[in-house]
Amino acid sequence: MTKVLVWVEHDGSAVKDATLSAVTAGAQLGDVIALVVGSDVGGVATAAGQIAGVSKVLVADDAIYANALAENVAPLIAGLLAEYDAFVAPATTTGKNVAPRVAALVDVAQVSDILSVEGPKTFTRPIYAGNAIATVESTDAKLVITVRGTAFAKAEATGGSASVEPVAAGADAGLSTYVGAEIAKLERPELTSAKIIVSGGRALKDADTFASTITPLADKLGAAIGASRAAVDAGYVPNDYQVGQTGKIVAPEIYIAVGISGAIQHLAGMKDSKTIIAINKDEDAPIFQVADLGLVADLFVAVPELVGKL
Amino acid sequence: MKALVTVKRVIDYNVKPRVKADCTGVDLANVKMSMNPFDEIAVEEALRLREKGVVTEVVVVSVGPAKAAETLRTALAMGADRAILVSTDDVVEPLAVAKIVKAIADEEAPGLIITGKQAIDDDSNQTGQMIAALLGRGQGTFANEISVEGDSVTVKREVDGGLETVKLALPAVITADLRLNEPRYASLPNIMKAKSKPLATKTPADYGVDTTPRLKTLKVGEPPVRQAGIKVADVDALVAKLKEMGVA
Repeated sequence: MTKVLVWVEHDGSAVKDATLSAVTAGAQLGDVIALVVGSDVGGVATAAGQIAGVSKVLVADDAIYANALAENVAPLIAGLLAEYDAFVAPATTTGKNVAPRVAALVDVAQVSDILSVEGPKTFTRPIYAGNAIATVESTDAKLVITVRGTAFAKAEATGGSASVEPVAAGADAGLSTYVGAEIAKLERPELTSAKIIVSGGRALKDADTFASTITPLADKLGAAIGASRAAVDAGYVPNDYQVGQTGKIVAPEIYIAVGISGAIQHLAGMKDSKTIIAINKDEDAPIFQVADLGLVADLFVAVPELVGKL
Repeated sequence: MKALVTVKRVIDYNVKPRVKADCTGVDLANVKMSMNPFDEIAVEEALRLREKGVVTEVVVVSVGPAKAAETLRTALAMGADRAILVSTDDVVEPLAVAKIVKAIADEEAPGLIITGKQAIDDDSNQTGQMIAALLGRGQGTFANEISVEGDSVTVKREVDGGLETVKLALPAVITADLRLNEPRYASLPNIMKAKSKPLATKTPADYGVDTTPRLKTLKVGEPPVRQAGIKVADVDALVAKLKEMGVA
């Protein structure tokens, strides 16, 4: 049976949701072996063993793996691929950073951001910002894949009871060091796992207006906050709010686009949402072509009114 | 120190791609083509480093059809010093591009290699990481800000939770994200001047790289089409609909 190594995305203490979609994709290829890499990650390994569908957990626990520096992590995975058939990672910024480095080390053409598994080596994936879907078949002996989280159901986080096996750490490549991070403190749901998202665009004018208009609506709905590239570029919100081709790909139950015109690059990041609601004063805005519910109105009047009436 | 920047000729980002009727790909005939936007940012960053005196020469490379020479001329018009076109009409996957760039880097010995983080046609997001792997160098992907000090480069990276900073030993590979800089426009005099800048033409075989695709494209189809829904008259109607959905 195909032996599939699945990258466990974690924050040092808990398994992140993106892992669960990757496990589902991996299970469609074969036997899932979860790979936990980090420093002092015993708790993560135990949690990974509980994911339904995981048959074994490999854990590489060493100080050199803290912060998942690709230069140190990729050789470890490339080495493991001598015994395993596939490496599957969620298409998070960590997955996207590490997987191609692994692929090059083992001389494999990576299949990025898969939407479905069509056969043992055949996958669909979006190209041209999702304006076309390619079906591709790998001809390499091994597979290196990243998985679009919104395209696969999440495996159950509990119910499994896989054994945990340590793997020997390699040496520090000596090429890179972690300096630090500015990670936003989450006061609300994470964008990629939120059920409801309220997103704002350039029409929000500035950072203060963005916050005073979008935040009350998001609070009322218990929603995460997203933004278009234009709003991020203009400095209204930080980069990690960006939804789109090159930002985050989201598919919540409800996506509310406020003052977003709907450039194809933005639509690429949210058009798989279950229900799309658009509020825009321009009735010809492209966002209305994908919206289930559209309200043509001045957002500065409509949004506060909506907050008041919910 | 030399900077090597990779650029790709892709469909212009304002053009809506159309899938060919026979499902073999996207129709690129008579479609406006431009430099991949992330590669423009990569070129710009190299030019700024040269203006700061950190970089002495900016070499741009493209792997692609003969017309990719136009894309290289654009980079030269922005201010790059010279260009290398690795000419091929075949589809070249990121792994093969990385092997070619590795071979060029072995000859040119750049201190920095800067690529766009992804090309907006195949959306692979692989080439920079693969170049770094093949060269055995550090990688600063999704760069938001970079600074070179002595024999290292500090890279602020755009990651899912916010920003992360890593320090890499030089030489290193950087992949440019959207907010690294805002690329300049080429002025008319610089466009004229670019015509006389050196552009070498090579082939993948010159670098001993086999570009045979490893991925077979079986089909390229349309994504599921989302139908436009309804417009509601006012906020009250929207609230009513939200309540129907069980929200609020």
